[in-house]
Amino acid sequence: MRDLFAVAMMFGIYSLLTAALFMDLDAADVAFTEAAVGAGVTTILLLSSLRLTGRWERRPKHSPLLPLLVVGVTGAALVYGTLDMPHLGDPQAPVHQHVAPHYIENAPQEMGIPNIVTAVLASYRGFDTLGETLVIFTAGLSVFLLLGSRAGGRPRPGKTAIGEQPVLRLVVKVLIPFILLFALYVQLHGEYGAGGGFQAGVIFATGMVLYDLVFGEGDARLVVPARWLPRLAAFGILVYGSVGLYALLHGRPFLDYTVLAEDPMVGRHLGILLVELGIGICVFAVVLSIFYALSGRRRQP
Amino acid sequence: MNLLLEGLSAACLLAGSFLCITGGVGLLRLPDFFSRVHAAGVTETLAAPLLLTGLMLQMDWSLDLLKVLLIMLFLLATNPTASHAMAKAALHGGQGPNDEKAEEDKGSIS
Amino acid sequence: MLNAAVLAIMVTMALALVRAFMGPTAYDRLLAANLFGTKTVLLIALAGHALDWSGFLDVALLYAMVNFVGTIAVMRFFEYGAGEEEE
Repeated sequence: MRDLFAVAMMFGIYSLLTAALFMDLDAADVAFTEAAVGAGVTTILLLSSLRLTGRWERRPKHSPLLPLLVVGVTGAALVYGTLDMPHLGDPQAPVHQHVAPHYIENAPQEMGIPNIVTAVLASYRGFDTLGETLVIFTAGLSVFLLLGSRAGGRPRPGKTAIGEQPVLRLVVKVLIPFILLFALYVQLHGEYGAGGGFQAGVIFATGMVLYDLVFGEGDARLVVPARWLPRLAAFGILVYGSVGLYALLHGRPFLDYTVLAEDPMVGRHLGILLVELGIGICVFAVVLSIFYALSGRRRQP
Repeated sequence: MNLLLEGLSAACLLAGSFLCITGGVGLLRLPDFFSRVHAAGVTETLAAPLLLTGLMLQMDWSLDLLKVLLIMLFLLATNPTASHAMAKAALHGGQGPNDEKAEEDKGSIS
Repeated sequence: MLNAAVLAIMVTMALALVRAFMGPTAYDRLLAANLFGTKTVLLIALAGHALDWSGFLDVALLYAMVNFVGTIAVMRFFEYGAGEEEE
């Protein structure tokens, strides 16, 4: 299969299957992320970069046997490695002995929120999550450095590549508010169900990308101008970091949410909410700016 | 659970499953792209609401019921649109239907 | 009956997968991928209810959205990258 477009679509199918597998393992948050990031944004970014690089894969000069052999041996080694691993769901497994029991037993009381994943992500492991958000920010920065923040020049207002599609335009126009609303729901509902800042930022960006895809590039950039995005991303990090610094200024450890309110429980809620908001803004800005940078460029002849 | 509800739900699910498989077979067996869009798009648009209605009839009143309704509305809005857009994009992209089929199928593709 | 419906959806997914691999044109693959995505939404909704998964409806809703956006993205970028059809 040398059509790279088809490969990108297959990748989307694969990602959907993976997420179904995660659902079966009862990991709704992971499935959510996989659906939003793996099937959604990754496919879109792959496709938009394929537009720049060309659609057909070149026929390789060497024979495919050696890579196949390497992949086969590596796969066999990995399968052999799993033989030593404890069975899935085994309570004696090391991963279930370390800190997981503490989280599972105490998170609902200590944090007052039912979704343990969010409690671990935003509160117990708040420092790690700050690092992850910074990684995303760095990724956005490197795309800026490589492709240019000017995103390859002028937008082309009104030009759609798929022909005149009045039906599509109308339906998308009706749907976009609901998609953005869904993103907000995911953002704020992360404490109770699957979701959180990462996914919400991605969904929000997907809504804007949909607008961009259907209405041409000029219109979406009027709604969210490309030059705002780096500032937005930095602002998201700033929200996250200043929650931590605020705790430091009050003589408590970095990212200790209990100082945010009189009642420690309310403070934790507020802290998680603010931190998730920071993540959401940062992820939204980075994803959208990568998309702008890729889709705004013209293919070099 | 009410017997009537159960029967209705089973009927919906059965009809939905039948349409679902019909669409899949049509997608696989029909000769050219436009007839495949026809097979897949039309059956899917009816199969998804039927299956989800069957599901809703089995659920209790809760927020989840509303979410299933939302999914149904979303699919009802997007599925026909996506099929329509695909057919139109294929036509726009220079892939016309087979000539002898174009005479018979004119109504279904435009 | 729910199980029968899940089985039917899986059969349809398999059929769509065959079409996605066969092609012959990219539009056929796109159509198959779109059908596959919709069937995944239905599968998650029905199987989630049958097997009592948690939070499955949010995921199904997200899937319905992602599937639609992905389909449009493929169509949008087709024409830019088109030109030579080699298959």
